[in-house]
Formats: sequence, structure tokens, C-alpha cells
Amino acid sequence: MSPLVEFDDVAFAYPRPVRREGGFTLAGVSFAIEEGEVFSVIGPNSAGKTTLLRLLTRVVAAGRGEVRLDGRPIGRLAHAELARQIAVVPQDTPRPFPFSVEQLVLMGRYPHAPGRFFESDADRGHAAAAMEATGVRHLAALPLEQLSGGERQRAMLARALAQQPRLLVLDEPTAHLDLRYQAETAALLRQVNAAGGMTVLLVSHDLNLAAEVCDRVLLLGGGRVACTGPPAEVLQREVLEPVFGCAVTVDVNPKSGRPVVQVAWPVPSARR
Amino acid sequence: MSAGRRLALALAVLGLALLIVAALALFLGSAGLSPRAVARALAGQAGADSMESVVTLQLRLPRVAAAALAGGALAVAGVAFQGLTRNPLAEPSVLGVSSGAAFGVVLAQIFGLGLSALQALGVAVFAFAGALLAAGAVYLIARVPGGLSVQTLLLAGVIVGIFFTSAITVLISVVDFNRLGGVVHWLLGNLAPIPPASLALFALLALAGFGLILKSARELNLLALGEEAATQLGVDAARLKQRVFVAAALLTGTVVAFTGPIGFVGLVVPHMLRGVLGQDNRLLVPAALVAGAVFLLAADTLARTVVAPAELSVGIVTSFCGAPFFVYLLRTRYRASL
Repeated sequence: MSPLVEFDDVAFAYPRPVRREGGFTLAGVSFAIEEGEVFSVIGPNSAGKTTLLRLLTRVVAAGRGEVRLDGRPIGRLAHAELARQIAVVPQDTPRPFPFSVEQLVLMGRYPHAPGRFFESDADRGHAAAAMEATGVRHLAALPLEQLSGGERQRAMLARALAQQPRLLVLDEPTAHLDLRYQAETAALLRQVNAAGGMTVLLVSHDLNLAAEVCDRVLLLGGGRVACTGPPAEVLQREVLEPVFGCAVTVDVNPKSGRPVVQVAWPVPSARR
Repeated sequence: MSAGRRLALALAVLGLALLIVAALALFLGSAGLSPRAVARALAGQAGADSMESVVTLQLRLPRVAAAALAGGALAVAGVAFQGLTRNPLAEPSVLGVSSGAAFGVVLAQIFGLGLSALQALGVAVFAFAGALLAAGAVYLIARVPGGLSVQTLLLAGVIVGIFFTSAITVLISVVDFNRLGGVVHWLLGNLAPIPPASLALFALLALAGFGLILKSARELNLLALGEEAATQLGVDAARLKQRVFVAAALLTGTVVAFTGPIGFVGLVVPHMLRGVLGQDNRLLVPAALVAGAVFLLAADTLARTVVAPAELSVGIVTSFCGAPFFVYLLRTRYRASL
């Protein structure tokens, strides 16, 4: 059986003017995500994480190699077909965004019936369930812009869940969240994966979140795959230091047994 | 209340308003006909050559129809441009699209195309091409990686508008003025009576543009998430943008071809509707068709009666309402986003 997602020797480069403004290149990227696992792509800023995500969702097309879903090249899938399989929770919420939380979540139903003008009662039921799952149902009527950062993130997650995908992709899900919401997000991801059997792809530079929730981790450095494997294999000092270009210390979380990565802060020399 | 119910209610209220304003427009005017005479003409009881019949059926009725069509088309084009550019101030005249269409019409008149139905189709094609040209230029000027810059879009619209207005002036200066009969009056936005066959063509073209935009209304909502997120939700963003772009240019071009460049309808009407209905394009697009008709009919009735027996151009009335409205929006609601 073919894996859910497969990158086969994928290369990509943005056209020149875009590259200078923060688009990055990938070369020779191969890996696979199996159905049902929690997979993470980590790496320093500008390693190509977001580009990888764009390739997977057909926002851009690979220059060389192939991206496959269930063994089928994604270039042959219609946009709506792909959106029924893969849902993305973006890093930022759009602004200005004039719609309410419920209207936002209902947008997740679009790929299931693109020709429908108004959503059906069944669509509204799915949206309500998704809002319930992420704890934003009481906010349904509020404009998204009036919500706090954590609430917005959960509303965006509800929209992705309403899409009922097989693969849920999260782009830096904890970037704007304080500790409590980071913990809640991690718990929610585990729950979605365990209860719903949804495959999860986490794109993040939060190494410790990846270490705690993921089955396997892919470390991306300079547009190439530096290392793939279980967190304990990838999150090692000798692997991380050349990619991130700084000294790190790796400990073990005594409760979960997972690795914990910290910057090895240079100790300032004693004042004279 | 579900979205479908709210739409039905809004259309019922707006439809009633349209009936009232249309009746007012039919009964008011400088000819000084009594309401009873107008009613007699409408019922077909007056002689075909009688004064009340000529004024009511050949002057006022076609004018009411043209005003309703033009207003509805411009308001829908406004909603479309606003959704497409994600810019609340975008609108055919602000974006310079009307000026591009007007340039096309003047060019068509120089080639000798007039008002018979077939020739009117030719004029509409020229206007459509001009609108596409202007909208395309604005789009290319304002495009930055990842979308459209809000401020640059408005500036580009102003510049493109000035360019085409100058081009029109050049054409008028070099061509024998008699061949461009009435062009100056037309350039102010003028709802002169249109022959029935041309009116039918007007309705057909406007309906085609409206249909394309209505069909795209749900996808336009998703575009508010950003182009990338809309793509990830299954929207073919490139095709959506092309379709709405062409349809909005068609609506603008058609209105300009038949009535001249009437400004700000696409700004004032959608904004009033947004205040009541919210931002869902599935409600705004159909509501704008009717509300635009109400607005322009009211404006035209005002233009015909306020300085009677003389007449103002309806474009002057809409500009007098629209320009201050634009400033108000700029200074209050959208200060933060600009």
C-alpha cells in the first residue's frame, strides 16, 4: 500500500524577484507520511518548511520530482478533490477578515459541495461539531477579528476540522500562543489523531512541541532533508547543531521520556 | 435567521422600494402630466400619439428601465471589484474602469457607431474592451507579490482614470465635433431614452455579468481568507479572479456604453447594504442588483425634477452623493487599514 503522502526527489525554486523577498529553494527532498501518524517538519527559519507545505497543497508546483497523495500525483487532482483530503491551518489569520467565526468554519465545507450556493443543514451540523471540538462554539456569532490570538487559532483549527480531511496540516500552530494554549493545542492534536484517526503534519520551528507530540520528525536544513526518524533520533546535539548553526543542549523530559532541546546560552564571563 | 431567509427578506423589501421609486419616476416630471393621465397612458387607454402616451411610454418608461438596469449593474460591479481586490473602496469609477470604457465608447462613435441595436452591440464591445484594458492596467500596476496593495490600487485607479480621460479629450479635440453629437452630455452620465431593442441588449449583457458574479459569490467569500488559503480550500483562485474580473468589466462597459460613466453607485450602494446584511457576497450580490436600481432611479428622478424644467445629468447627482461618502469612508471606517 502506498503511503498517504510521498515526496519523491522534489526540487523547487521561486523565480528570482520573489526569492529575494523570502522565497526559498528545495532540492532532492524525499520522504513519506504514513496514514495515521503524527509527522513533523522542523528546521530553522528559511529552511524551506513553508515551501514544502505549499508544494503539498498545490499552491506551487514542483520543478522536478513528484508529490503524491495515495500514490497519485497531486497535479492530477482537482483543487476541491485535494481540499477534501488535506486541510491547512495557516500560521496567521487573514486581516482584514469581515466574517464571523461560524461563517469562517462553514467555509471549510466548500470543497465537499463547491456548486452549492448556501450551505446545507448537514454542513451546519459539521461546522457546529468542529466548533465544539475546539471550544469556540460559544464564539460562533462573533467577528473573527474580535477574538484573542488563542481563540482565533482555535477557530481556524475548527475550520480545518470542518473540512473533514484525512491529513491535517498545521503551520507553526503555537507561534502566537501563550503556554496554556500551547498545551491545549498539543492535547487537541493528540485527540484528533487518536480519536479521529486523522494524520497530522506539523510544520514548526518549535522543536519541543514536535518532540512531544510526533511519531516521526523530518529535519530540514537549507532546502534539503538533514535527517528523518523518531524524535529521539533526530533531536540530538550532533544532528541539530550543524543545521541550526548554534550550540544546543538536549535533555530528556522525565515524564514523557521525550527529548527537550534548549539553546546552550553562552554564559557571560564574570564581571570585573 | 438562515442566510437564505435573510436574502429573501432583503429582496422583498428592496423589491417593494423599487416599485415605489419606479412609480414615482413615472408620475413625476417636467411635462406636468396629471397622475390620472399617466395612469391612462400606462393602461393603454390614451391615444398612441397623445402627449401623455408619448411622455409616459416613450420617454419616461424606457428611462426608468435604463436607470434600473444601470444602477443594478454598477452596484453589482462594485461588490465584485471590492471582493476581488479585498479593498472596500474599490469601485468602477474609482478604479478608472469607467473611464477606460468611456474611451472605448468615444472611439466607437468616431467609427460611426450609433444607437441602433446592432450598432449598440458594437459600442458595447468597444466599451467592454476599454473597461478590460483599464482594469488590467490598474491590476498590473498595483500587483505586488502575494496580492494587491490597498493604497497602490486606489492610486493606480486614479492615474489610469486620468489617463483615459485625457485620451478622450484628445479624441474630442482632433475629431470634427459634429460627428460626436451629444458626447459631452453623455460623458456626464446621461439616461436618455434608449430604443426598446437596445434596451433588451442592455438587459441581456447586464444579466450575463450579474449571473457570472452571482455564481462566484461563495468563492469570493473564501477569497477573503487570502489567495493561498482559498486555493487550499479547493478554489481555483486564478480562474475565479479571471471570471469575476471579466464579468465586472462587462457590467461596467455595458452601463457606460448605454448611459455614460455614472460614478460612485458601486461604492454607495454596497456599503449601505454591508451595514445591514453583513459581508456575505451571496447576500450582497443579489441585493445590490435591486438596491442599485432603487438608488439610481431615485437619483435620476431627483436629477429630472430638482431644477425643472431643466435637467441635471444623473452622473452629477451620484457624484455629489458619492464623493463625500468616499471621503467619509476613507476618514472613518477604513483609516486603520489604509
